[in-house]
Amino acid sequence: MARRKHVLPGFGLTMGYTWIYLGIIVLLPFAGLILKTSTAGWSEFWRTITEPRVVASYKVSFGISAMAAAINSVFGVMAAWVLTRYRFPGRKLLDAMTDLPFALPTAVAGIALTTLYAPNEWFGKLLTPLGIKVAFTDLGILIALTFIGLPFVVRTVQPVILQLSTDVEEAAACLGANRFQTFRRVILPSLFPSILTGATLAFGRAVGEYGSVIFIAGNLPFKTEITPLLIVTKLEQYDYAGAAALGFVMLAASFGIVLVSNGLQAWDARRRGIA
Amino acid sequence: MAGAVSNFPVAPVARARRATTESSVVKVILIGIVLVFFGLFLALPLFVIFQQAFSAGVSAYFAAFEDSATQHAIYLTLLVAAIAVPLNTIFGLAAAWAITRFHFRGKSLLTSLIDLPLWVSPVIGGLIYVLLYGRQGWLGPWLMDNDIQIIFAVPGMVLATTFVTFPFVARGLIPLMQAQGHAEEEAASTLGANGWQIFLRITLPKIKWGLLYGVILCNARAMGEFGAVSVVSGHIRGQTNTMPLQIEILYNEYQFAPAFAVASLLSILALLTLVLKSLVEWQAEKQLREGANATTSHP
Repeated sequence: MARRKHVLPGFGLTMGYTWIYLGIIVLLPFAGLILKTSTAGWSEFWRTITEPRVVASYKVSFGISAMAAAINSVFGVMAAWVLTRYRFPGRKLLDAMTDLPFALPTAVAGIALTTLYAPNEWFGKLLTPLGIKVAFTDLGILIALTFIGLPFVVRTVQPVILQLSTDVEEAAACLGANRFQTFRRVILPSLFPSILTGATLAFGRAVGEYGSVIFIAGNLPFKTEITPLLIVTKLEQYDYAGAAALGFVMLAASFGIVLVSNGLQAWDARRRGIA
Repeated sequence: MAGAVSNFPVAPVARARRATTESSVVKVILIGIVLVFFGLFLALPLFVIFQQAFSAGVSAYFAAFEDSATQHAIYLTLLVAAIAVPLNTIFGLAAAWAITRFHFRGKSLLTSLIDLPLWVSPVIGGLIYVLLYGRQGWLGPWLMDNDIQIIFAVPGMVLATTFVTFPFVARGLIPLMQAQGHAEEEAASTLGANGWQIFLRITLPKIKWGLLYGVILCNARAMGEFGAVSVVSGHIRGQTNTMPLQIEILYNEYQFAPAFAVASLLSILALLTLVLKSLVEWQAEKQLREGANATTSHP
């Protein structure tokens, strides 16, 4: 857009305030983190972030987060479909409930899920005789991370289903496709970018999650210890440099995830012709 | 129309037609699967909180709130939210005004930076302040010399909470204000209205539901934040524990009923948040429909 005089007032004030506030709350502290990481020296940094216990925690955090995102992709698409296309009693309630993981404090979710799946309680009582342990194992972490990521796929796919033109579905039906073929060949491809976006968001959230996981995880080093917990452990031992190094890795991972999700959203917008 | 991912209603609900729907068997199965999934992951955890909270009886439930440490935790939670939420609301309004009303370079960088706290682990939200203001932090020695304590004290908890709730109001407003445009504000300006008059009389009524939406979400997160606050709090009982931290302490001491009693309060807050959020979304949709009826131009 061509340069022109601002008609509306307040540019200097709001812009200045935005950057100052952003600087104090976000940029300055992040600069501190990066500076702390760089003062430790490259070899020390590398040694910290490749310790066997740390590497094991990456596997737990990233691996289980990916699994939770996959579960949420499948059920999230189903939920989004049911909530937008069908009319049934309780639909609005279900729709509102979808955001519960956003609204419910993570510590509350953590103790509730632990209670449900602990060996002597609820599901734990049913599953233990079958030899399935959930609480204090990988499976427990998976359940917590699935809970945390539940709204993301639903909420990214829902608006796309709403805007889906039913003309193409009618055309597919007219051309002799059955409903499943229409879904697989026509509907799913148009939903695909938004499913990926939602899954990426759920993954990103799960990787950093702390509150709901630590109660149900058992937190055994090398087995059920997530990376955010290791950061806390290092801080408690006053190992600031170590905590900063791990924080830096997590930050870099988050940046990567943001880039991927922004790329996916741009792709989706282009494909749907709203860019 | 704004292409950003947001659950804020921007378009009216479309209705599916008969030729393009599944057989009723498939429908019932799909609805069934979703109900079971939601039941297992959402309804049951919520139920268990209240069941556990009242497991020792109603009087034990209320007795849990007579504990002075718990009372202090409730007070501190309210205090922290009462500081962090207004701060982020003012910021959200300023940022949304700057971003949606003016053209400048680096706009997309600025929006990405505003979103940043949503993306990083809450633990990092605490860590960065410890590295800055902690005893071995960059400003630690200076703070000690001047007898100012931020980490393991209330200011640190306010900072950490402000960080994790930073983008909520701005994110609620930006897509909305972008979609609404600013023709009316410009008209008011040419008619001689000053900045505050424009904001209070034109913009605020237009964005009130979006603003409320952001504030509600911001508040829910502020009162429920655990990870970031946990890192900077130091867990001093009766001094630097908010409700989520108090829940952790009680739970780890096997005081399950009191832990779930405090958790039930936060759950009621979460449910209230969902109800308010739905109401606000509904109001915003109504406003959008009325706006669409009033002006026949494009949305």
